[in-house]
Amino acid sequence: MQQILFFFIRNKNFLLFILLFSISVFLTIQSHSYHKNKFVNSSNYITGSIYSLKNDITGYFNLRKENKLLVEENVRLRKHLEAYKEIAFSQNVDTSSLNYKYKFVSAKVINNSFSRTKNKLTLNKGSRDSLQLDMGVITSKGVVGIIDNVSNKYSTVQSILNTNSQVNAKLKNSKHFGSLVWNTEDPNTVQLIDIPRLTPVSIGDTIITGGKSTIFPEGILIGTVLDFSQTEDKNSLLLNIQLFNDMTNLEHVFIIKNNDALEIKNLENSIENVE
Amino acid sequence: MLNNIVILNVVRFIVLVLTQVLLLNHVDFLGYINTYIYILFIIVYPITGNKSLLIFISFLLGLTLDFFSDTGGIHAAASVLIAYLRPAILKYSFGISYEYNTLKVSNAEFGQRILYVVSMVFIHHLVLFSLEIFNVNHILLILKSTLFSGSFSTILILSAITIFSKKPK
Repeated sequence: MQQILFFFIRNKNFLLFILLFSISVFLTIQSHSYHKNKFVNSSNYITGSIYSLKNDITGYFNLRKENKLLVEENVRLRKHLEAYKEIAFSQNVDTSSLNYKYKFVSAKVINNSFSRTKNKLTLNKGSRDSLQLDMGVITSKGVVGIIDNVSNKYSTVQSILNTNSQVNAKLKNSKHFGSLVWNTEDPNTVQLIDIPRLTPVSIGDTIITGGKSTIFPEGILIGTVLDFSQTEDKNSLLLNIQLFNDMTNLEHVFIIKNNDALEIKNLENSIENVE
Repeated sequence: MLNNIVILNVVRFIVLVLTQVLLLNHVDFLGYINTYIYILFIIVYPITGNKSLLIFISFLLGLTLDFFSDTGGIHAAASVLIAYLRPAILKYSFGISYEYNTLKVSNAEFGQRILYVVSMVFIHHLVLFSLEIFNVNHILLILKSTLFSGSFSTILILSAITIFSKKPK
């Protein structure tokens, strides 16, 4: 018994090191799989409030640019509105009773990373603003990522600049769809894989979301084709996509809430259960 | 006197975490070079201090960084490793009797000091980037990041030690 005790006392540094190192590696491995990173993330109270405080100060430096973006978007929305007015002028509809499929919530990015291989963003809205897991995040220019952690007041987003990220996307012209992934090289370029070999592609084509999941509606902008090449097995194409968004400079984002997501998921689950 | 050391280390912990999280995590020099100054805490921790305590504090330090940067446990793992290896690195940098002649990192000979800081920084960065990228296919990226980020961290930490050390009278 005494021998064992002496062993522990003599090697206490080593045992402590092994214990803490294992915990760290366990947390690391857990964080590499999507949705499992429950404990260590920046959507908690302390880190969230420090990042908000920082953002309150640094937010002023981008005001001019943000204003310009908002004005541009206002102009675009106004044009849409005028177009709709002409159609809907004859029939007066109460817009509050309409049952929209998608709802939008606006939020501010309080922390952003783009130079690592698994990038995340932190937003200043959380479950009390009715945000949930698996909601899509976009800006007026294009796709940003998917919510993967929510606390009461804050949430974290798995950016499309993350090697775990896979977003369904398609070519605007030909409707062929594939998966959007990132090879970690450039924060403004992502890759579209699994596009069939015979798809007509030309440089400059627009890429939009495919709408094959409940996260993003169809037709949200992503970017344009920078160049493309055949993969080694010659069965599919690999496209380099120049993003419309400047991922290194994000401030205001919108979160997409799909009102039918639960219904669609339940239906899909019930089919799996029957099988 | 003992209280002074405790307070100094607590303040150093907080200042280094905030500097790292609010300032240096947003400096992406040339797109992929990130400097990590927070390990300065482990480097200048009193040499005669409690070793188990240092390992535990390093874990907390790394975990705090992980909370802020959403990285799982990579900072914690790398920090715990260099805290555990520190006595060995001290021994081969400053010679076997480092514990008895009341050495301070800021007063040590320049060559020895560089050897010590470089060893600590590069071991830390290698573990950090290996765990972050976690893919054998990207081994070149790991080595490249370690080399470049490590060099800049070393320069930053050596400057910090020089600037904040008390001049010998």
